[in-house]
Amino acid sequence: MPNYQVSKKKVIDNKSTFKVISRILGYVVKYYKVLFAVVLVSIIISAVISSINTLFIQKLIDDYITPMLENSSIIDTKMKELNFALLIMAILYVIAVIFSYIYNRVIAIISQGTLKHIRDDMFEHMETLPLRFFDTRTHGDIMSFYTNDTDTLRQMLSISIPQMLSCIVSVIFSIIAMFILNWILAIVVIFLTALIFPITRLLVTKSARYFANQQRLLGKITGYIEEYTDGQKVIKVFNHEKEAEEGFNQINDELAYSATKASKYSNILMPTANNLGNFDYILVALIGGILAIKFNMFEIGTIVAFINFTKALINPIGQVSQQLTFVINALAGADRIFRFLSEKPEDDDGFVKLVNCKYDNDNKLVETSEKTNNWAWKYTDKHNQIKYIPLKGDIRFENVFFSYNPNKEILHDISLYAKPGQKVAFVGATGAGKTTITNLINRFYDIQKGKITYDGIDIKDIKKDDLRSSLGIVLQDTNLFTGTVKENIKYSKLDASDEEVIAAAKLANADSFIRMLPNGYDTMLYGGGEALSQGQRQLLSIARAALLNPPVMILDEATSSIDTRTEGLVQKGMDALMEGRTVFVIAHRLSTVKNSNVIIVLDHGHIIERGTHDELINKKGVYYQLYTGAFELE
Amino acid sequence: MEKVKLIAKSIREYKKESIQTVVIVFFEVILEVLVPFIMALAIDNAIKPKNINLLIIYSVILIFITVFCFIAGIFAGFSASKASCGLAKNLRHDLYHSLQAYSFKNIDKFSTASIVTRLTTDVVNVQNAYIMIIRTLVRAPIMLILALILSFINNWVIGLCYLVVAIFLGFFLLFIAYKAHPYFATGVTTYDSLNSVVQENLQGIRVVKSYVKEDVEVSKFQKISNKIFKLMSSGEKIVAFENPVINFSIYMMMILLSFIGANLIVKEGTMSTGQLSSMISYAWMILSTLILISMIFVNIIIAQTSAERIYEMLTEKPDIVSKENAVKEVKNGDVEFTNVNFAYSSNAEKLVLDNINFKVKSGQTVGIIGGTGSSKSSLISLIARLYDVTNGSVKVGGVDVRDYDIQVLRDSVSVVLQKNTLFSGSIKDNLKWGNPLASDEQMIHACKLAQADSFIQQFPYKYDSYVEQGGANFSGGQKQRLCIARALLKSPKILILDDSTSAVDTKTDSLIRKAFREDIPHVTKFIVAQRVSSIEDADIIIVLNEGKIDDIGTNKELLERNPIYREIYNTQTNKGGKQDA
Repeated sequence: MPNYQVSKKKVIDNKSTFKVISRILGYVVKYYKVLFAVVLVSIIISAVISSINTLFIQKLIDDYITPMLENSSIIDTKMKELNFALLIMAILYVIAVIFSYIYNRVIAIISQGTLKHIRDDMFEHMETLPLRFFDTRTHGDIMSFYTNDTDTLRQMLSISIPQMLSCIVSVIFSIIAMFILNWILAIVVIFLTALIFPITRLLVTKSARYFANQQRLLGKITGYIEEYTDGQKVIKVFNHEKEAEEGFNQINDELAYSATKASKYSNILMPTANNLGNFDYILVALIGGILAIKFNMFEIGTIVAFINFTKALINPIGQVSQQLTFVINALAGADRIFRFLSEKPEDDDGFVKLVNCKYDNDNKLVETSEKTNNWAWKYTDKHNQIKYIPLKGDIRFENVFFSYNPNKEILHDISLYAKPGQKVAFVGATGAGKTTITNLINRFYDIQKGKITYDGIDIKDIKKDDLRSSLGIVLQDTNLFTGTVKENIKYSKLDASDEEVIAAAKLANADSFIRMLPNGYDTMLYGGGEALSQGQRQLLSIARAALLNPPVMILDEATSSIDTRTEGLVQKGMDALMEGRTVFVIAHRLSTVKNSNVIIVLDHGHIIERGTHDELINKKGVYYQLYTGAFELE
Repeated sequence: MEKVKLIAKSIREYKKESIQTVVIVFFEVILEVLVPFIMALAIDNAIKPKNINLLIIYSVILIFITVFCFIAGIFAGFSASKASCGLAKNLRHDLYHSLQAYSFKNIDKFSTASIVTRLTTDVVNVQNAYIMIIRTLVRAPIMLILALILSFINNWVIGLCYLVVAIFLGFFLLFIAYKAHPYFATGVTTYDSLNSVVQENLQGIRVVKSYVKEDVEVSKFQKISNKIFKLMSSGEKIVAFENPVINFSIYMMMILLSFIGANLIVKEGTMSTGQLSSMISYAWMILSTLILISMIFVNIIIAQTSAERIYEMLTEKPDIVSKENAVKEVKNGDVEFTNVNFAYSSNAEKLVLDNINFKVKSGQTVGIIGGTGSSKSSLISLIARLYDVTNGSVKVGGVDVRDYDIQVLRDSVSVVLQKNTLFSGSIKDNLKWGNPLASDEQMIHACKLAQADSFIQQFPYKYDSYVEQGGANFSGGQKQRLCIARALLKSPKILILDDSTSAVDTKTDSLIRKAFREDIPHVTKFIVAQRVSSIEDADIIIVLNEGKIDDIGTNKELLERNPIYREIYNTQTNKGGKQDA
């Protein structure tokens, strides 16, 4: 057996267990206050009736049958009494059954509903997380939260918790009944029963560690399957099936190891609790019997009744122990879920908002609810004075420093400006920091030092959503979603009319190929638009940006995958699109940057040259070398 | 049944543990039932008559039984765990193994999200059900039968009543399963959509955030999570009838039993109080067994659906497999298409490729050009037998591709797919896909040919630099060049580039082709391109139009006689060409 690493950390201690459980219950209570109360009451009622049933059976013989056998003269009256008692029991049973139906039905809603709310909350929370979170995890690992981890809660919510509640009721009932019967024996029984707990806890702690590991590995294996299945065709082409399987088996074996350990520890809980319970049962009979027979301390009847109550006490404990596996597994899943939910969202201390505005009669800028297509930043200063700054698209970097992780600087002292309507191009080798600059403008990442301003406002003060709505981005990896072509273009502006969509597609020169698709604009796209060529996908993403009509555009090698023929067409469209906008281009081919207002040459995070195409050519520096082909561009 | 059998096949080496569990549980249950039975004897024979010695003897017997039970329980727990986790492991292994045998056509059938669900959620569902079946479901019938036997011995009339009720409840449970199953089946299948929405969101997170469309994504997700909620809770609501009906039946039996029992004892004298209390405890045993079954019931119904989905994947027949006595060597890079027709599905109306005929000699460079939807990718996918032709034949090295051992064929025919993927790991790890034994020199050489070495050298860790999932930390052009290098490392006889230099600038593109000419002159090269410049110097250019060969010739010939080619050429070389397609 290979030696797998299992974290030695105690995953479950009293405090964190309590926290996780109370957080799960918090969910239940938050969304289903009334229903949960109904369930609680119903469970208690049916559990109480079931305990009464136990008592009644006890009494049936002692209080009715035995007296009747001993004294035949009271048979008729006793029989009547018995019939009456049976009638009452029948009524109670019907009530119990009704309540049992109610709680079983309601719990179906509560348990599945809670899962739904947890999933929804996770997704909603995920949408607020910074890019760093996504860049450092596999997709499959994140997908696992929604399926593998959430599913662990199902059994616990729908069966374990209700069962535990009803068991608590029967345990309390039995204890009370025992105390009424004889308090000394009751204490002895409770003491013996209490011995079960420390042993159970030890096993729970042991198995919890492995369950936590199991959930982690389920995430890991999901990550592997997702990544490799997405590239399954590449695996085929390279005859790489065996290697893919080997990698899979390695994680699979590790997962099976942890799962088996977890399951082993949790599955001996049931026999342990059950049999320790049976020991109690036997000891009570033995001790009680000896005390009664030898020392005449109790009536024989008391002992017999006590033995039965002990059984009634330990049975539910055995039943609960059967559920513990699910509970521990659920705690491991919930732990991952809550950790995910407590990932820190993107910082957003912005207070400047983007609003629709118009000029009033005094030619002053005022906010309006009309759709004017005139936009302004609504700036509220310290004294609660509101200022409207027209949206123009002026972007400046002032001494900006940035690194993704502390020990590697990516951008060093970058200062630059782009006045409204200007086109700024970045060129430089791979790793020079071109893409990083665009990541900073839309605040996918935050700078460590310096300042970036937008129309004179520090972008840290602008609400992120508003900042991003004012930027159009065409990324080099185009992402299309399952849906029609039209829906994909409309993604940037949901309320766009068909005419607007077509106009945007025409601008990006995508219209002609879209019309040739089987259902034109209503053609369904699956799997990220697999059926389209890379160039066509890119045209769609350009159309998407065109539809948004933002004052600032960021084009990250946007035309790289389009053939020269299409590129010529796109270029024209792009020129129209860039007209009157501030544009940042991350250049791939020098032909696309020639007519920029300024070209910035980056090298290892430093600006080494800047100027127009002609200036830089005349300078005969790095740009000149790039242009004449002495250096490779990327 | 056939499905159960197939899935049971995956138990394999854990058969021992599975059988062991069942056997141990069998004895455990019998011993467990004995405890209250002997206790009743102890009360009647020792405590009531105040016989201390007998009490001690009974106690010792009971303690022994409990100790045995304890040991049996622990062993059962151990072997059940091993068996169920082992089954899960084997199932995942078998699923992944059968996935590896899938052809492109098979892969197209399942989405990634669906495969992920099947290998994770569905396997876990089956695993949970399996441990419940071998531990609990074995236990329940034994208890049930024991209780019924004991009650028959006690009083056959009441025993018969118990039997009738038990049978009725059995059918009732089956009915519930039948009713609830469709809901759970659709519910589990909806997990595919859940996974797919999350996956798309993760892949497109930059677009989502750039366009501030988090709300749209959330509502997309909620639609699906709500659907799962509706289906699963509807299923569970049906199952909710179970417990109350079981309880009702048993409670009513209790009332009847008390009434009849009291009368029999007191009036007729044909029953003893001891018998009555035993009958009551048997009724309890039946009740608790049925409740035990009902508790695991939902899991089993859900697992049934999961098992069906696993079965579907396991039995998916790979439609491309190597022949027996397949040819094990590709002689050279000759390629010949004879009357090839091709469609992705046999009942498609329109052929994707229609009567394709051409011949290529080893070492030649073939350019393939044509508009979108002209089936360029389909054509080249037939050479490596990624799909099978519908009619006609494709020959490589003079032998029909269907006669080769697939692995041999694909080792000799290296394809750089249009939708290509790099995997997380180092650059070296990725390159080694082409040849696991490649030396550093070989890798550098291949990268030099693909014009990738220069940018790799600029990375701090050079060839050991980390590649993120899908190559996300590389530009489009860099990814393409790495993929070409990877394909070159196979030292193929035929190299196929499916639009693989689209993101590479024209100059680098021509450097790559130059390197091909000089360094691998004997390799047959197929270049599918949108750019004329990528193919104009090819030995043979095939112009495809709507699945048919429009013309074959050299650049010069085609310029002279082929209008389609001429149009493409003109629009791309002088910008004054026609504006629209």
